[in-house]
Amino acid sequence: MTVEQSKKDKIMVIGVVLAVLLGPIILNPFGAGYPDLLQKFVIYGIFAIGFNILFGLTGYLSFGHAAFLGVGSYSAVWMFKLLSMNIVPAIILAMVISGLFALLIGFIALRRSGIYFSILTLAFAQMSYNLAYSVLTPITNGETGLQILHGDPRVLDAAVEDGALPVTNLFGLNMNATADVSLLGMDIQFNAGYYICGLIMIVAFYIALRLFRSPFGMMLKAIKTNQNRLNFTGVNSRPYTLTAFVISGIYAGLAGGLLACTDPLAGAERMQWTASGEVVLMTILGGAGTMLGPILGAGVIKYFENIFSAYNESELMDVFSFLPHWLQELVVSVSSLFVGEGWHLTLGVLFMLIVIFLPGGLMEGFNRLVKLARGGYRKDGASASAAGKVTAE
Amino acid sequence: MSSILKVQGINKHFGGLHALNNVNLDVEQGKVHAIIGPNGAGKSTLLNCFIGRLTPDTGTVDFDGTSLIGLKPHEINQTGVSRVFQTPEIFTELTLLENVMIPALAKRDGAFKPSLWSSMAGETEIRDQAMNALSEVNMGGKAGMTAASLSRGDKRRLELAMALVQNPKLLLLDEPTAGMARADTNATIDLLKTISGKGLTMVIIEHDMHVVFSLAEKISVLAQGTVIVEDLPEKIKGHPKVQEAYLGGAHL
Amino acid sequence: MIPETVSVRDGTQPGAGAMDVFLLQVLNGLDKGSAYAMIALGLTLIFGTLGVVNFAHGALFMLGAFCSVALNKLLTLEKIALSETEMTAWGTPLEIRTPYAEAWFGDFGAWVIDWSVPLSILIAIPFMLLVGIVMERGLIRHFYKRPHAEQILVTFGLAIVLQEIIKAWFGANPIPQPAPEALTGMMDFGAAIGMDAGNVVYPAWRLVYFLFAAAVIGAVFAFLQFTTFGMVVRAGMADRETVGLLGINIDKRFTLTFGIAAVVAGLAGVMYSPILSPNYHLGMDFLVLSFVVVVVGGMGSLPGAVAAGMLLGILQSFASMNEVKAIFPGIDQIIIYLVAVVILLARPRGLLGRKGVMES
Repeated sequence: MTVEQSKKDKIMVIGVVLAVLLGPIILNPFGAGYPDLLQKFVIYGIFAIGFNILFGLTGYLSFGHAAFLGVGSYSAVWMFKLLSMNIVPAIILAMVISGLFALLIGFIALRRSGIYFSILTLAFAQMSYNLAYSVLTPITNGETGLQILHGDPRVLDAAVEDGALPVTNLFGLNMNATADVSLLGMDIQFNAGYYICGLIMIVAFYIALRLFRSPFGMMLKAIKTNQNRLNFTGVNSRPYTLTAFVISGIYAGLAGGLLACTDPLAGAERMQWTASGEVVLMTILGGAGTMLGPILGAGVIKYFENIFSAYNESELMDVFSFLPHWLQELVVSVSSLFVGEGWHLTLGVLFMLIVIFLPGGLMEGFNRLVKLARGGYRKDGASASAAGKVTAE
Repeated sequence: MSSILKVQGINKHFGGLHALNNVNLDVEQGKVHAIIGPNGAGKSTLLNCFIGRLTPDTGTVDFDGTSLIGLKPHEINQTGVSRVFQTPEIFTELTLLENVMIPALAKRDGAFKPSLWSSMAGETEIRDQAMNALSEVNMGGKAGMTAASLSRGDKRRLELAMALVQNPKLLLLDEPTAGMARADTNATIDLLKTISGKGLTMVIIEHDMHVVFSLAEKISVLAQGTVIVEDLPEKIKGHPKVQEAYLGGAHL
Repeated sequence: MIPETVSVRDGTQPGAGAMDVFLLQVLNGLDKGSAYAMIALGLTLIFGTLGVVNFAHGALFMLGAFCSVALNKLLTLEKIALSETEMTAWGTPLEIRTPYAEAWFGDFGAWVIDWSVPLSILIAIPFMLLVGIVMERGLIRHFYKRPHAEQILVTFGLAIVLQEIIKAWFGANPIPQPAPEALTGMMDFGAAIGMDAGNVVYPAWRLVYFLFAAAVIGAVFAFLQFTTFGMVVRAGMADRETVGLLGINIDKRFTLTFGIAAVVAGLAGVMYSPILSPNYHLGMDFLVLSFVVVVVGGMGSLPGAVAAGMLLGILQSFASMNEVKAIFPGIDQIIIYLVAVVILLARPRGLLGRKGVMES
């Protein structure tokens, strides 16, 4: 059983590595091969992987994780302003500060469970958001958002020539450096920022996988099933949940830091509870408690956000031009509700459909399909093992 | 014989109900001590006071030289007290093996050890312990099953395995055979006899007198929150106070 | 946290004494507190009887507010005529815009337009009842037995859907709703209760809102107290399983309970529209706060919800005084959450919560 498990895990890690490395090529035909979107895929992937460590394993539903994302972004931008445009100190500070912040919030919020925990985390996140907009303006720059300026000290960096703002980099490799390559008849953009974030996501995924398979992860799963019983078994569940909370907070802070690394700007709206809702959606859409689900969920949401919000009415008219005119108008006027500004409507509908029909998320749907296919093979008398190899944790 | 669990002067009120009234109990090292009594006599309340689920209003519970009063449930378990619950409380989403590995880990690693980087698959020693415990309760063949799918009787046996794997100094059993088929009950009696033969101290609450008189070396009879008799099994049978408690009570 | 459109918030005059200031802040807190109380009441009712955590309840408040927007828009549909005598500066005939309501019904029409906000109550009641019933039948019902996390998620999704529909229909900008002319003025509350005139001046509509809320809340309590239906609902809140066993057809009552909660939230929204111009994310803003109110009041306690709503509204009003903000900067932004955190940690069941609710 365990041998099979570790084999599956290996295949899963290799799959993730390949997907990240080949991302720009694979996603190019879908119109998602450009650096900006690819970066979002992997950064929000990290966010969701981290959220899943808390929600997927312990069942504690935090509605305030965006606070850590925001704190990470602010920390990173401050590092760019004060120290250096190199992303390493920025990422480290983002993780440290968000970790400390998570320790504080988790210490208090984890005294309660269930819906009380959700509301406590929500309350903390809203407090952070409100404060970022008001009294903390000297740190957050309020509504304008925190950004890098020419006048910033940046003690480690040599002065930049006038005009252009400095660019975030990894020891001299600019995050926005992009190589355009013509491959298989496509223009592929290989972007440094994407690969840096992507590699970090692979590491983050691997760490999460180790956690899931560790005794620690087992204890977290036990907490989800029956926390009381676990306590009577001699385990003090509080430090376990707190550790999980802090780790997932650090993941969120890392994601926030990376967002700032790809675009050195931090605003309070990143901390709003709708943003917290988004990561919840990513995780359950993919499948809470599964390994690949959160990455998949983050990818699907960011992809649809990108596609749907880009459409406008005239483009829709083109899309439906094959229809008779009156039908075209009707279809366009209905579907235009769901695109562009109306992307959030699509998001809401998606949210509901998933929770109603597929609470286990896409991974569950996928598993069902595999089972169905397997059953089908059996009936045909063919070997079932072919379909059984698909790794869906 | 020295006593391992010494309970003195326990009182517990629930609102106006005096659930436990000055209860004293002396459990000797290596013995099986049964607590019997009609429904509502306060047996489970008493057990809950031992494991930290309830805090008595007054009184002391000393186990092996440590006071258990005010300790958290996990701390009490770590002193060497394991319990089998009246209603099975297991980790339904996990496999049987995992259910038993968790208490084994808790025994080895203490109340909290963030083993973030080691792998469950690498815990061969813990796995062997868990498999042994499962085999002891005759469930070795079901180790890979999910616990939710078990019958009630099987869940009780799983509970027993979870307690045994911790190799406790004191085992508290709250109606260990309730819901079991006759054959399983007899198997459990035999198992508990074997374990007791190895010197494990047990406190057992049970309605089934067949189980009680097969196992107990000492019996306390609890009625309306008070211990009315404490004696050897053969003396309890036919004891006038016991008969009165059972027959006089409305719940027989 | 929620911007005010009626800007006269701090009406203290230079000569006002401490008592006046105190009274004024209490009054200032009452209107928002009333809104919290009405939303929280519905949330608690739904949670207590149906066992469902409804994250779409704020959206119902928002829908109510848009009932008044819709009626107002409908009433003010205009007939455009070109003036025969007057000209614009560009030399084209001046357009004379007259609402149809006024053109057809004259002064009565004008009066109806003026009073459109309170009149929207008449359409809000059946509309919100319908929305509530449809919601319960179509969605909530299937989530009774599902985990709270899933209830939260599905209703959260519904809340997004509702607010986006409103946004698509009415646009993203706030739409100011005027209170009736007669009630837009300031009221010298101090003078009315025998204090010095001019010290405690308060917008009349806010007082109307508070009285309205008191009436609605009173009606709900009376309904629960004095009707058989209410008795069953209360019994259900005390012990859901047992009531189910009594052979009472609980389903229909659940549906109606949800409908009532929706109506209460909707009415709270209708009457709030002159205080805060309705916008599509109004619901989300109030929802978060209302949930905090429910938790502070005690999950499952109706009086707790009302008391906590008022209390937090008043507290918020005190926190936004300049004198307080000078000592604790930003306190007005976080006071409610801070109170919630303290209450939850010190009194896990909330102010008036019962044992055994949501404790697993």
